[in-house]
Amino acid sequence: MKLTVEGLNSHYGPAHILFDIGFEVGEGEVVALLGRNGAGKSTTFRSIVGLVAQRTGRITFEGKDVSARPTHEIVREGLGYVPEERRIFTDLTVDENLEVGRQPKRPNAPYWTREKLFTLFPNLGEMKGRPGGRMSGGEQQMLTIARTLMGNPSLVLLDEPSEGLSPKIVEQMVDAILTMKKEGVSIVVSEQNLHFARLISDRAYIIERGRICFGGTMAELDARPDIRDAHLSL
Amino acid sequence: MAFYVVQFLTGLASAASLFLVASGLSIIFGVTRIVNFAHGAFYMIGAYIAFTLTERFSGAFGFWGGVVVAALAVALIGVLVEMVLLRRIYHAPELFQLLGTFGLTLMVEDLVVLIWGPDDLVGRRAPGFKGAVDFFGQNIPSYDLFLIALGPVVLGILWLLFQRTRWGVLVRAATQDRDMVAALGVNQKWLFTSVFAVGVFLAALGGALQIPRDAVHHAMDLRIIVEVFVVVVIGGLGSIVGAFVAAVLVSELNAFGILIFPKISIILVFLVMAVVLIVRPWGLFGKPEAAARKTPGLTVNPWRPLTSNERLASLAALVIAATLPLFVGNYALTVGSEIAIFVIFAVSLHFLMSVGGLASFGHAAYFGLGAYGVAFLAKMAGLPMIVCLLLGPLLGCMGAAIFGFFAVQLSGVYFAMLTLAFAQIVWSIAFQWVSVTGGDNGILGVWPASWAASPSHFYWLALGVAALVTIALRIAVFSPFGYALRATRDSVLRSEAVGINAKRIQWTAFVIAGTTAGIGGALFAYLKGSVFPDNLGISLSVDALVMVLLGGVETVSGGVIGAIVYKALNIWLVSQTDLSKLVLGGFIVLIVVVFPKGIVGMLEMLAQRRRKSSPPGSSLLAKPIESAE
Repeated sequence: MKLTVEGLNSHYGPAHILFDIGFEVGEGEVVALLGRNGAGKSTTFRSIVGLVAQRTGRITFEGKDVSARPTHEIVREGLGYVPEERRIFTDLTVDENLEVGRQPKRPNAPYWTREKLFTLFPNLGEMKGRPGGRMSGGEQQMLTIARTLMGNPSLVLLDEPSEGLSPKIVEQMVDAILTMKKEGVSIVVSEQNLHFARLISDRAYIIERGRICFGGTMAELDARPDIRDAHLSL
Repeated sequence: MAFYVVQFLTGLASAASLFLVASGLSIIFGVTRIVNFAHGAFYMIGAYIAFTLTERFSGAFGFWGGVVVAALAVALIGVLVEMVLLRRIYHAPELFQLLGTFGLTLMVEDLVVLIWGPDDLVGRRAPGFKGAVDFFGQNIPSYDLFLIALGPVVLGILWLLFQRTRWGVLVRAATQDRDMVAALGVNQKWLFTSVFAVGVFLAALGGALQIPRDAVHHAMDLRIIVEVFVVVVIGGLGSIVGAFVAAVLVSELNAFGILIFPKISIILVFLVMAVVLIVRPWGLFGKPEAAARKTPGLTVNPWRPLTSNERLASLAALVIAATLPLFVGNYALTVGSEIAIFVIFAVSLHFLMSVGGLASFGHAAYFGLGAYGVAFLAKMAGLPMIVCLLLGPLLGCMGAAIFGFFAVQLSGVYFAMLTLAFAQIVWSIAFQWVSVTGGDNGILGVWPASWAASPSHFYWLALGVAALVTIALRIAVFSPFGYALRATRDSVLRSEAVGINAKRIQWTAFVIAGTTAGIGGALFAYLKGSVFPDNLGISLSVDALVMVLLGGVETVSGGVIGAIVYKALNIWLVSQTDLSKLVLGGFIVLIVVVFPKGIVGMLEMLAQRRRKSSPPGSSLLAKPIESAE
């Protein structure tokens, strides 16, 4: 397994957010984490990369237990994280944003150069010197993904990549994610949009109120309209 | 004409050191969000070490090598400080780091006296720059010309460092979003340490380069830190170009202010700062601060009024305090009165800071205004004490009403800086308007009336007023006004959305806090029998901050406990040891590291832990909260 999450519990202060979350991602797989707003998708991702301080459970990445490691060490193992809300550095140019993400080449993961990323996201190549704050939402979303890829991750956590984007940009996003997959990057993508998830994912988990309540292939999910209707707003 | 040019050049030369120190502070604040009060201390150590090195090693190499080595050595000390102290408190409540670095400053002030002695040290002149250049009959020291050239050179180097190196890109990224930088695989710890080292290096270099111009002495830290705060605020926090321009502006204002407006030269700089903050709160070259990402889980414990048992306990404590004159002598009673007065002062700032979320760096202004109010009424109008005590604080109230109106337009660090500027303006007026205030000589002979003259009577008066003030402010905390004020503290937007006029509520809180501080000041004038500009000086403002933070800013009774502990400890230490600052500073640093929630916060935590151990897990903990993502 590429990534295994077992018995993950997270708290924000006195509030218990995640309850025994468990899921796994195989080598080269694209797995969707589906759920409504506030179900715990982002917290799950933030917990995996160590951005939530109060968490217990076991997170195994490429056979190594990373549960107790600080964020930057987890990321340097090759576990990339693309946050929701984009969070690009608005004062920095596109080039500089990419520079922040740059990490050395990794033997077991595809190697991304700026040039390669500019072919994946042609818009970015045309605005290398533009400050991040003066880009459209779609361009910013592409930049966050490109920035994480600069770290040459072997697995990427993608938090709601289609959120707030126009249909045309969403299409580009689907292409980009499929290219990443083809290059050999494993991906966990959190989504509210089942349609978008279906275009890219091999399997899906559904999270509701901080608990995983379904796990299976996309076909298995389609065979259970009751689950789909109960836990996803369509 | 030549004279003015020379004056201008002297100003430029002064700007160089100021720029070095200010840019260091700015860089550190940008990334770590720490307002490094110890920055002046690093500047001072830089000067002292450079003095020693340049005395020991002769020649050009000895001098310039000494300057650079001194700066490097201090940078190393900075690294140690960052790793041992600051790393533990990055996640502490905002401003708590200020307390830690203040403690450090206190320690350094005593340490340099211990090592280098209390006398001013006059350093060597710089080899190669010993002479002066003749300019139409006026002399310009050639070292000044060197400093004038150095400023832009350092600016250029810093610009390259931040724009053209990977380190610079990472630092700028971290300035905006620290967590995201970590999530991209960058080790924040070392980034912070290196940033701190660079900032401290600049401060120490600024200090080391001053030795051919100024004597080295153990109070140079406070003088520079105030000026540096001003520079950084005018230029814009985090902007290096801004720091440069502002350093030049401030130095020129100093150089020409003394010629053109000799009467108000000190005020001039602070007046400019106040105007800049009101017109462009984020400084000339700064950017409006985006609302800080609140770390989830960092919530303030909900406040509650005292239970009836706790009320009885407080009453008992008050009664015991009131019986003090039966057991102790006059000196102890005078100390007791002073502590009671500082309880009033601390409680008033606590109200503004903890309840209103507005941390004032210049609260002593209103304390001092209250004291001056009493002095004017008693000495000039000859009014009886009781009338003076009632009317004197109104001067503090008026000051708070005027300054508060402008101050509450800002928030956070900028609010703190504007209050500091206002306090300095008031101080300058008291200091320079000699005909009215007596200037540095103060106003003497403000003695209490016979009914309050004995130490025990005065002690009861101070204790009674302190108790009344504390109770009144507590009632205000749990009144509708208090709820509204706390709402504006937690979210201005949301409170305005439910119909609260946030600015007016905050202004009212400012006036209440200022008036209360004025009551403390009024009593203080009678306790000491005199009023001096120091009564509204920056060190008194800092004392108040320390008391509140020490007690615990997130608690309701932090002000009272903090004032008692700090003041008692302070007075006791001064009587016991010559190194009172060292011990007090060490104590503050220890508190910051071990009990980052303050004394009361720590007690509350202990009490909570004990309560929690009996029924395992409250119902709140087991309930999932839906929208917490």
